[in-house]
Amino acid sequence: MNITGFLTQPEVFLVWTSLVKTLFILFGAILPLVSLAVFAERKVSAFIQDRIGPNRVGVPLTIFGAKKDLHLWGLGQMVADPIKLLLKENFIPDSVNKFYYYIAPKLTMIPPLLVLAVIPFGSTFFGVPMVIADVNIGILYVFAISSLGVYGIVLAGWASNSKYPFLGGLRSSSQMISYELALGLSVVPIFLVTSTLNLSEIVQWQIKNGWFIFPFTWTQPDGFSGWRWWLCLSMMISFIIFLVSMFAETNRTPFDLPEAEQELVGGYHTEYSSMGFALFFLGEYAAMIAGSGVIVTMFFGGWSFPFIPDGTSTWFFGLEHSLPAWAPGAIWGFVNINVFFAKVSAFIFFFIWVRWTVPRFRYDQLMRLGWIYFFEIALANIFLVALVLAYLKK
Amino acid sequence: MAFVVQRPKLNLAEKLYLPAVLGGLLLTIKHFFKGSVGKNVTMQYPEEKWDDHLPEWYRGAPTLVADEWGRERCVSCQLCEFICPPRAITITPEEIPSNDVWAKVEKRPKEFEIDMIRCIYCGLCEEVCPEQAIFLKKDYSITGYSRQEMKHNKAKLYELGGTMPGVVNKWNDKK
Repeated sequence: MNITGFLTQPEVFLVWTSLVKTLFILFGAILPLVSLAVFAERKVSAFIQDRIGPNRVGVPLTIFGAKKDLHLWGLGQMVADPIKLLLKENFIPDSVNKFYYYIAPKLTMIPPLLVLAVIPFGSTFFGVPMVIADVNIGILYVFAISSLGVYGIVLAGWASNSKYPFLGGLRSSSQMISYELALGLSVVPIFLVTSTLNLSEIVQWQIKNGWFIFPFTWTQPDGFSGWRWWLCLSMMISFIIFLVSMFAETNRTPFDLPEAEQELVGGYHTEYSSMGFALFFLGEYAAMIAGSGVIVTMFFGGWSFPFIPDGTSTWFFGLEHSLPAWAPGAIWGFVNINVFFAKVSAFIFFFIWVRWTVPRFRYDQLMRLGWIYFFEIALANIFLVALVLAYLKK
Repeated sequence: MAFVVQRPKLNLAEKLYLPAVLGGLLLTIKHFFKGSVGKNVTMQYPEEKWDDHLPEWYRGAPTLVADEWGRERCVSCQLCEFICPPRAITITPEEIPSNDVWAKVEKRPKEFEIDMIRCIYCGLCEEVCPEQAIFLKKDYSITGYSRQEMKHNKAKLYELGGTMPGVVNKWNDKK
């Protein structure tokens, strides 16, 4: 059997395409996005506070004898930050519980990366669906894995054997029990409407019926009928609850209780340095990306955009006859991937924007918000959608 | 006596909290756009400096000055050495030889050292000096690669201070 024959066997094909997709997601999308997000965080916060932010680190041309450095608006910071963290001494305090101390940063970083496995980040590319694992339990998997992230934080808090990380870990667990319920319940209406948990199918539903944040369409006969307005209202409620819970899930302000710099020094990562700290950092931003990816997939149509065809298209502005047969599909598939990451980036900007606007909640306030308001509203919302589907939808 | 703070009565919009959040987001995005077109207040240090905007009374590095005839004004009375709160000043006095033009001044510093690591720029030395020999100039960026370099000796102090024609000229022959 020759190599092409071997690679196109169904199982083998699945394995190596998944591997390529995983590597692309990890090294082509997540790591650059994380370092871009860290840079954006600093720059956006600076602009919001009327400062300038990092603007010096660029290409050091003066080393090679040039007159001036190339500053590039400080974009070199994206490279400089990871290098700094890599080269620092990994200082381990004497009193820590070594095993858990080592394992905690990994436990924080891995779940957000695992979540990305089920998120469709593009339509198809040369016939390969752009999702690493197109599983039918999709969103349940997302909730199951992403709530594991809290173990890393709690373990870091306990293993550090120091008061501030300990308080951070405690807060993290108290935070988790307050938002998880609302997070899960708020998206149940989506499954009632689409009757699937598979994220790719949810995206397909949205392509046909309009994005969930604005579920109207011109292509369907009932595109603007009454039940869609009720659905729109209910989706607004779902979206707000899901978004706020996502902020809590990713430990971002206004719910960054576990690391509250002003109160707890660094919270759960106080005792970490070098790569341990870098992994926590990476985990936080990867969680942001994964969270944005989930929100985009559920409410903002995933990789789809109105009037942009998907990867199976053979149309390209009437030029398709002069192009090779694979070209239109490949181009639109590539555009779809970019649309997805553009939406994700917009959400990351929103996360940063909110961080520098809304002050932190106390954790009793978060619990109150989660248990007294969001839980009930999300529950009522499910019944609202159920009634709409049962009686209003023709 | 107990003092009861009345809690403000919140209306529905305030209780919902979301309008306030939206208002906050609107405010910060305004600042974001203002900042991203370069209307921020940051002064970019090595390229832009305070130098032109420093007030007359700015207290920078203490320096020694000479008068308009090139005579060093310091008469080594050591008042500044005594008043200096962090004891940054060390003066080694010396007698002016009788064949010198300014022999009648009698005393001058052989060595005058200000340890700029210790100096707190309080300006007491300038205030206490009866001869108006020591002045705080506007130099604020005093740097060096070693502790020794940060000790300003007499030559360095006169280099920084230069000449200052001034009011105290009781040692002037013509008076």
